[in-house]
Amino acid sequence: MRADTERKVRKFIEDNFLFREDRAAISDTESLIDAGLIDSTGVLELVAFLEGELGLRMADAEIVPENLDSIRAIVGFVEGKRAEVAA
Amino acid sequence: MVGAIAHRGPDDQGVFVGDDIGLGHARLSIIDLASGQQPMANAGKDVWISFNGEIFNYVELRDDLIARGRHFATQSDTEVILQLYEEMGPDCVTLLNGDFAFALWDARRRRLMLARDRMGVRPLFHTRRNGALYFASEVKALLEVPGVSAALDPIALDQIFTFWFPLAPRTPFKDIEELKPAHVLIADPDRVVVRPYWSLDYPRLGEEGAHDPRAEGALAEEIEHLLLDATRIRLRADVPVGAYLSGGLDSSIIAAAAKRIVPDRLRTFSLTFESPEFDESEHQQQMVRALGTAHDSVACTAGDIARLFPQAIRHAETPILRTAPAPLLALSGLVHRDGFKVVLTGEGADEVFAGYDIFKEAKLRRFCARQPHSHRRPLLFRRLYPYLPGLQSQSPKYLEAFFAAGLGALDDPLFSHLPRFRTTAGAKAFFSGDLRSALGGYDALAELRDSLPADFARWHPLSQAQYLETAHLLPGYILSSQGDRVAMAHAVEGRFPFLDHRVVELGARIPPQLKISGLREKHILRKSAERLLPDGIVNRVKQPYRAPDSQSFAGPDCPDYVARRLATADLAAAGYFDPRPVERLVTKCRNGKFIGFRDNMAFVGILSTQLWHRAFVGAGAAATIASAVA
Repeated sequence: MRADTERKVRKFIEDNFLFREDRAAISDTESLIDAGLIDSTGVLELVAFLEGELGLRMADAEIVPENLDSIRAIVGFVEGKRAEVAA
Repeated sequence: MVGAIAHRGPDDQGVFVGDDIGLGHARLSIIDLASGQQPMANAGKDVWISFNGEIFNYVELRDDLIARGRHFATQSDTEVILQLYEEMGPDCVTLLNGDFAFALWDARRRRLMLARDRMGVRPLFHTRRNGALYFASEVKALLEVPGVSAALDPIALDQIFTFWFPLAPRTPFKDIEELKPAHVLIADPDRVVVRPYWSLDYPRLGEEGAHDPRAEGALAEEIEHLLLDATRIRLRADVPVGAYLSGGLDSSIIAAAAKRIVPDRLRTFSLTFESPEFDESEHQQQMVRALGTAHDSVACTAGDIARLFPQAIRHAETPILRTAPAPLLALSGLVHRDGFKVVLTGEGADEVFAGYDIFKEAKLRRFCARQPHSHRRPLLFRRLYPYLPGLQSQSPKYLEAFFAAGLGALDDPLFSHLPRFRTTAGAKAFFSGDLRSALGGYDALAELRDSLPADFARWHPLSQAQYLETAHLLPGYILSSQGDRVAMAHAVEGRFPFLDHRVVELGARIPPQLKISGLREKHILRKSAERLLPDGIVNRVKQPYRAPDSQSFAGPDCPDYVARRLATADLAAAGYFDPRPVERLVTKCRNGKFIGFRDNMAFVGILSTQLWHRAFVGAGAAATIASAVA
């Protein structure tokens, strides 16, 4: 499941922010903001993806860089939310 | 060569050919319509000049020269330069208050002098081929010279995709340079020297003068008087003069000043947009009513921008990252159709009196850096950009993250501009492998840092940020792509009272806290405008001039050329960008959801580079990229 989430998140980042499949261009832990990939509009786009494609419900307080500023952080956040719902 | 720039001067053409020199001129007649033909010679026929622009203080200079016993054959400002040169040599430029680019040939000394105004209003390019120096107001004239052809300078493109402009003297064209603003080029038989004759300077930190509220009124009055005088001498013309009215503070001040000087014959011109996000017609109408001017406006739709964009690129002669020049092309077209050749504008006020958001943003970022754990301070960024809905909904932590660039390097000379440069440089993700290889490890920020004046580190942070805007973005983009080039496309001359060097020098001396008071930009300028303008305009929060970017090319009436220029075949033939990522970007922009700054800039930058390539380079340029970095 985690691998599937990671694949979807990376593909979303590649299709919409990176525009290319290039594992070398962005590592799993690199900051999307520092890499110049995401701006204030990009955050809204990312949240729409998480809520739409991955079926998450996000509270405003959760829309923070700690949860969303790298591929690994996003995957961890998504998996954590799913575990919450399942519990 | 003259024919290539005939749009700049449709009224007359002239050529002078001497033993070692040829001068050409396309004339836009504004002063001394009857006898101001160019190239013009002195009485002895041994000094010749080809001159584009205006010397606004020519009346006073002429009177001084006559008082010293000199005689004039014409009423023109051109002859004033000639005679002043005869008196002073190349140092004559230091007495000129004007917007000018000229070439002056001194036959006795076999000396060519090229000169450009202090702020970089009028363009001047040059290149060397086969031992000869060629020069012109626009690059397209140089491309008429046998042996001169266009090739992209990859470093220039990297700089444009970082700063929005190439660092002068570099241009997008390999081996073609511009003469930097406030510089002269002296070519003697044995050498060519380029040197500055003026520089933008600020007081050292701690020496800016104390904030004395009692002195504020006197300073505001001094600014008002100087602006009125700068406007007065810019109304000198033997043809009617109009004014642009954006609806903002700056153009309103200039229009009000002009109205005071010529109460009966001021005509104003405006742009309107269909989208309320960009449109300012309500404020324009408020000023029209307050001033009682005869007014005309042109409505610009997204489709108009797409239609005009290729023409804007042909005139700007550079890739650009915003569409803003295209509506200004429509505006100069309106001015031309209404029979006007000269317009006053409010350009320059944001640089001189600190109006841009980036100045307040840098101040806030420093404020946040002092209390890095504060959750309240980043909320102030929302107040900074009320017109950006995407930013209003962000959490404090995201706001902090977006604006945190360089917080670890408060002493970086580019601190104020690092977030902007970072966002812009994101558009470089689309560069092709060949282009990246040609660039190697090139670092545009390092080159800009290295080019800063020796005293830069001793200036107040606001002065540093103002310098970056005034010495670089202003001539490199605002006055060229959004200024001279799109105005001159329709033979319209823009005049900028805020860029009178006396105003610029006064602005540089004003204490920073009088320019930005709290988060109120242009504080002292607003105070000086109180007697000229209605309250609603004086206290209006700045709305920057913007135009729809990628949305302009997403609608059903988008011209066919957009798809052709962005097609894989065209992209691959030019060789600058990777087709597959561009295709994804184009799809995203066409869908029209969540298009941020970087995506907009990348889209417009890629399309404009493709248009630039088609206009100037043509087929077969890809092979030149790898060898283009010399």
